[in-house]
Amino acid sequence: MLDWGAIFGNAAIEFISPTTAAYALAALGLAVHFGYTGLLNFGQAGFMAIGAYGYALSALRFGLPIWACVLIGIGASVVFALILGIPTLRLRADYLAIVTIAAAEIVRLLFTTSEFDDFTGSASGLSAFQRDLEALNPLPDGSYGFGPWNFSDRTWFFLMIAWVVVALCALLTWMLMRSPWGRVIKGIREDEDAVRSLGKNVYSYKMQSLILGGVFGTLAGMLFVFPRAVVPSYFQPTLTFFIYAILLLGGAATILGPIVGSMVFWVLLSFFSGFVARAVAAGWFPFMTQVQAGQLRFILVGVAIILIVVFMPQGILGNKKELAFVK
Amino acid sequence: MEPTLSVTRPWSGRILAILGILFAALALAVMAPAPATAEESQDDVVEVEEDLVEEPEEEYTLFFRGNVQFEGEALSGVLITIEGPAGFSSTVETDADGRWEVGVPEKVVYTITLDEETLPEGVVVAEGGATRDAEFGQTSNASVNFFLGEGQRVTQSIWSQVLDRAVTGLNFGLLLALASIGLSLIFGTTGLSNFAHAEMVTFGALMMLTFSVYLAWPVWLAIVAALVLSAALGWVLDAGLWKPLRRRGVAIVPLMIVSIGLSLAMRYTYQFFYGGSTQQLPGATIPPTIILGPISLSWIDVVSMAVSIVALLAFGYFLTRTRIGKATRAVSDNPSLASASGIDVDRVIRIVWILGALLAGISGVLFGYYRPGVSWDMGFQLLLLIFAAVTLGGLGTAFGALVGSLIVGLFVELSTLWLPSDLKYVGALVVLILVLLFRPQGILGRRERIG
Repeated sequence: MLDWGAIFGNAAIEFISPTTAAYALAALGLAVHFGYTGLLNFGQAGFMAIGAYGYALSALRFGLPIWACVLIGIGASVVFALILGIPTLRLRADYLAIVTIAAAEIVRLLFTTSEFDDFTGSASGLSAFQRDLEALNPLPDGSYGFGPWNFSDRTWFFLMIAWVVVALCALLTWMLMRSPWGRVIKGIREDEDAVRSLGKNVYSYKMQSLILGGVFGTLAGMLFVFPRAVVPSYFQPTLTFFIYAILLLGGAATILGPIVGSMVFWVLLSFFSGFVARAVAAGWFPFMTQVQAGQLRFILVGVAIILIVVFMPQGILGNKKELAFVK
Repeated sequence: MEPTLSVTRPWSGRILAILGILFAALALAVMAPAPATAEESQDDVVEVEEDLVEEPEEEYTLFFRGNVQFEGEALSGVLITIEGPAGFSSTVETDADGRWEVGVPEKVVYTITLDEETLPEGVVVAEGGATRDAEFGQTSNASVNFFLGEGQRVTQSIWSQVLDRAVTGLNFGLLLALASIGLSLIFGTTGLSNFAHAEMVTFGALMMLTFSVYLAWPVWLAIVAALVLSAALGWVLDAGLWKPLRRRGVAIVPLMIVSIGLSLAMRYTYQFFYGGSTQQLPGATIPPTIILGPISLSWIDVVSMAVSIVALLAFGYFLTRTRIGKATRAVSDNPSLASASGIDVDRVIRIVWILGALLAGISGVLFGYYRPGVSWDMGFQLLLLIFAAVTLGGLGTAFGALVGSLIVGLFVELSTLWLPSDLKYVGALVVLILVLLFRPQGILGRRERIG
């Protein structure tokens, strides 16, 4: 008999877990890029890697205070966005896609290579870089919570940081998108030439959007690695594709879409993985091994991306009247 | 979309130049001195002891361990690389006692490589090779032993190394071209940047593996079967997915995202059925027997290059001399005009998908021999190089894709003379970005395609 309680419990944990928050913020960055501006950034994993390593390296190698670590991560991602944007923002959308995915791979390979092992820790990554942050934890030791949401004080602390940052970024995006700046950005998505004919510098606006969404990705990278060690293999292109799945699921041109999308995505994925793994263990699917059961989730995400794009391009929260995609 | 090359600020040119210099500096910074090639001979086998006392340091609970010694003396600073499914890759150095330990996430088969270049002078891996597959038994620890022996290193002059790598690079470039041309033509005729193209490459190799190893068919028959199925995959993808989507009028960007979803689903379906390990095709590991001065090739390399060249020539003939080939180029230039002049655009696109998949399948089989080894994500490792090649040559032109592939292939192999081999793809990707900076239409592309 399956342990349904554990399956539902584990799925419910994903509802508020720090990982869910980090993916939501990364997806919010993509919403700025893709949903609002129409920029195809396939290198969000690169921005996240820069945030994670920017923080971890500043803290471990240079012993900087927390605020400086965060600022260095953000600064690095601004430079990264400029490097990506300058050659590609004048070109057609798919060039940006190819360049961003290539640049994200360059970043990951540079962190993976054993050449800089002393500095980056190469493939085994860095750990214990968040000591300063943990020292700020106001919660007394122990574990708290109710029902399935029972976490240690450390997890609660990171969880609260993560969701506060997500909320602040969502608020900022909401205010920006109601402002004249946001109207220009959305105009660029709909018709670049019309916006240009109004005397706006489209290139500059696109660059600002690329930087803003990239900074969200960077912060998401930090939130993602706070509860764990930072390892370069987290930041594979598959990470970006997962974030796209979340964004499309929630609704590309919405503020709450990425957040709701991330919650739904992780709860469903955890439920599905938990169910299949336990069902295999219970012998329900004799043709499948445990390892194969773990791979099913990736197949599921891939198929889900196709189905959402074809049948529900506006996502859960999107408005069908507001174009879900650039042309 | 319309051309967007109009707004320029006076300072932007300078910033471009500065960034170009930054990139060049970055590329220079990661260059390391040229390593000498190691040539092994075997002697005096020393067994490496296992060691089970060290404490785990990571969140992983499964560990590979080993102890690298030669004639009772611990060897420190020897690099051991562990590769596994889902792109897992980890490199460790042996410590002062010659010990190493790596945590891994899953209980599956991993490929463990001892980097012979990091062994001291006169020591090589003697038996069993420097790369081996390892897996766990009932426990969460497994020890991996390498058998070291005395050997000699042959240091070659820089030019003979360049020549040797150039021939390897040519081989790689040719098989890359087979995949790139398909991608480029599909892009030219449908506007789709097909991220699932790499999975068509993997498909060819996996079918070859299925027929030649699992079903033990004769090699020639296995090749024919693999290629027929590859072509069939192209037809199925077009008829089952892309044609209905074109009918629905789905725009280019959503199509691209669909191709990403398809790539993810196909890749992990392969892993589901074939597992995460690397398997060898028949004859893939035969030693090089053809020695021409500094160049040493196996006859498989020679056959591989010949196959690529014949396939490329045949495809060139198809494009320039046959009726349907000319129609393909017409559709690639201007689909509406081609359609108006009576060309059946849907038929042309169907043929392009079939041929593109066939070429990708050939490329996959050859890549399986080039690496050597067949694994579920082998094509995905090529994907960005294929895009780099296509962009370098000019999107949508078949000849450009060929030239771009040869450049990328040569660049990747020659760069290993200066770059550590785990950075060899970085060089090609930096070149991709630099090309977009200075000549976005590619070497042979035309300006109007980029706007």
